[in-house]
Amino acid sequence: MKTDPKGVLTGSHYMDGDFAIAEGGLAAGCRFFGGYPITPSTETAERFSERIPKVGGIFIQMEDELGAMASLIGAVWGGRKAMTVTSGPGFSLIMENLGLAAMMEIPVVVANVQRGGPSTGLPTLPGQQDMMQARWGSHGDYEIIALSPDSPQECFDLTIEAFNLSEIYRVPTLLMTDECIGHMHEKVIIPPAEEIEVVERKWYKGPKDKYMPYKPDKDGIPFMVKAGDGYRFHTTGLTHDYRGYPEINAEWQDQNVRHLVDKINNNADKIIKIEEDKTDNAEVVVISYGITSRVAIKAVQEARRNGVKVGNIRLITVWPFPEKRIRELADKIKAFVVPEINYGQIVLEVERCAAGKAPVIKVSHLGGGVHNPDDILRLIMEAAK
Amino acid sequence: MRDEKQIEGAKNPMEDFLRMDRIPHIWCPGCGIGTVVTSFAEAIQKSNINLDKLVVVSGIGCTGRVAGYIKLDSFHTTHGRAVPFATGLKIANPELTVVVFSGDGDICGIGGNHLIHAARRNIDITVICVNNFNYAMTGGQVAPTTPEGANVSTAPYGNYEYPFNLPYLVEASGACYVARWTALHLRRVTKSIQEAIKKRGFSFIEVITPCVTLYARRNRLGEGLDLLKYYYDNSDIQHGANTKDLDIKYQGKLIVGKFVDIEKPTFLDSMNKHFTKVLSDKYEPYVKEVKNG
Ligand code: SF4
Repeated sequence: MKTDPKGVLTGSHYMDGDFAIAEGGLAAGCRFFGGYPITPSTETAERFSERIPKVGGIFIQMEDELGAMASLIGAVWGGRKAMTVTSGPGFSLIMENLGLAAMMEIPVVVANVQRGGPSTGLPTLPGQQDMMQARWGSHGDYEIIALSPDSPQECFDLTIEAFNLSEIYRVPTLLMTDECIGHMHEKVIIPPAEEIEVVERKWYKGPKDKYMPYKPDKDGIPFMVKAGDGYRFHTTGLTHDYRGYPEINAEWQDQNVRHLVDKINNNADKIIKIEEDKTDNAEVVVISYGITSRVAIKAVQEARRNGVKVGNIRLITVWPFPEKRIRELADKIKAFVVPEINYGQIVLEVERCAAGKAPVIKVSHLGGGVHNPDDILRLIMEAAK
Repeated sequence: MRDEKQIEGAKNPMEDFLRMDRIPHIWCPGCGIGTVVTSFAEAIQKSNINLDKLVVVSGIGCTGRVAGYIKLDSFHTTHGRAVPFATGLKIANPELTVVVFSGDGDICGIGGNHLIHAARRNIDITVICVNNFNYAMTGGQVAPTTPEGANVSTAPYGNYEYPFNLPYLVEASGACYVARWTALHLRRVTKSIQEAIKKRGFSFIEVITPCVTLYARRNRLGEGLDLLKYYYDNSDIQHGANTKDLDIKYQGKLIVGKFVDIEKPTFLDSMNKHFTKVLSDKYEPYVKEVKNG
């Protein structure tokens, strides 16, 4: 369906990634923001707090990220679309109730403007060190969806996409950006509301006494209701049956975990978006995401000028991981080169998918800046030998 | 005596409010939590509110299981986070009457920060805090409410920490309604719940319900009803008492009553008023807070 025009600031703007995340949320129909200020993500919260009273929604600065994430889940059961934004230390606190959101199958969006870690790390400088935490940072088995924008424009576009995916799959969806993109000012074009497609919640419409919050529909995704509409439903973070009633046994645990994981993995082909350039006859394929993809492209172009057949892949969806495509390529190429601003996280996934068929070379920058393209270039050249 | 009879007959009038398909419940025989649930059921029956709009949010622990038994929209959340969950639910959908029903460890131990902030913001929710003096679900460990000198499993030589005086804490944080009773004050608890649900603003009811299985056994304080009766008999009703004076001493006198009952704008009242004033027609009003019943 078309989005509610109230939240859409149609036009051509010059804004940073943090602001664009807030505008993306508003354009997607998000009307509840519960958050806690943390550098370098604060501007998203500030933007939201400024815009929301003019759009008809709620901004609440909670006492911490534990409460912020809990408030979002409450707000979603209250019928709203809800989001928060955070960075490293806050992301760790978000994880507690991100687990509850996964278990309760809550459509909700969390943006992480990554900085260097661990701990307080580098509050004002970039990192891509929370990519693994994004996947399984809360305890237990579950899957989420994570997207990684490479520009303020994509911060806007992918925030809307994140809301849509979260509603389709009833799953928390993460926008994993970084300080560079968050604070980068660029042109952001916000289309007219009629051009913005948003996915409505999968509302249940059957008889009230028949509603089961966790009974998968034909597409595997259960229906939702909101509190106060007479369903008298129950939901819990405990392992549960289709009614949402606790079931403390291995059988329902098996059902719950399989459901949470399979609903994402079985739909991976529909969810995953990657950008590919000249991968078809490539000897070497560079894989990157977020700000690093903007640096890597320089190295790729230079290597091509030097006569190397380099393919380039930019991960827009990081989780679920595009393993099928990486496996296909591993059969054909000499090597993968994976630059990222961490000591090697997504590279481990590439390695797993390459399964020894092609070497995987990591190019680490440990945070606080971006790669020097020459460092990537050198390893591309070596890989091509 | 009347109170005792009500306990025995507790199940029948409750069927409309309980998920009978989940009974028997997990609570120990003689535990006072069920008694507080009975008072809650009576209160909502008498309150004449639309039960479709009444929701219960619990955290984790023995009392945290309440949400699982009550036949309303009911949410069993994470440890300590019932209050911020309820905050999100209430302000996202102000038509709802939101009751947090959970234990002392959940609400004022791990969730203490949220408790004081929800009271400070005057979020229009009711918190029923069953205080059983220990972390019961995990086997009776020391809690922020364990009286000094009491013996609990992680204070095996007796507790030497100062416990919270909860009415004092929440009043200082900004609550509009504060009361304390024991579980055996059935009619008083019922009345307080009715008043608290009606109240616009943050309401807090502490119900003293010592854990019979762990706390009482370890401290040799008698069984089930005897123990509850001991607290009931040793309580002194002092409405309007200064909350500063409400410390709970080990096996000491217990001051109970309604201590705070004031009016002030809620979070949403203040927000709407403020934005209307500063933004005038640019303000796109958010759904107004409406009172159920
Ligand atoms: S352990 Fe204590 S608090 Fe928990 S149900 Fe038993 S008596 Fe009640």
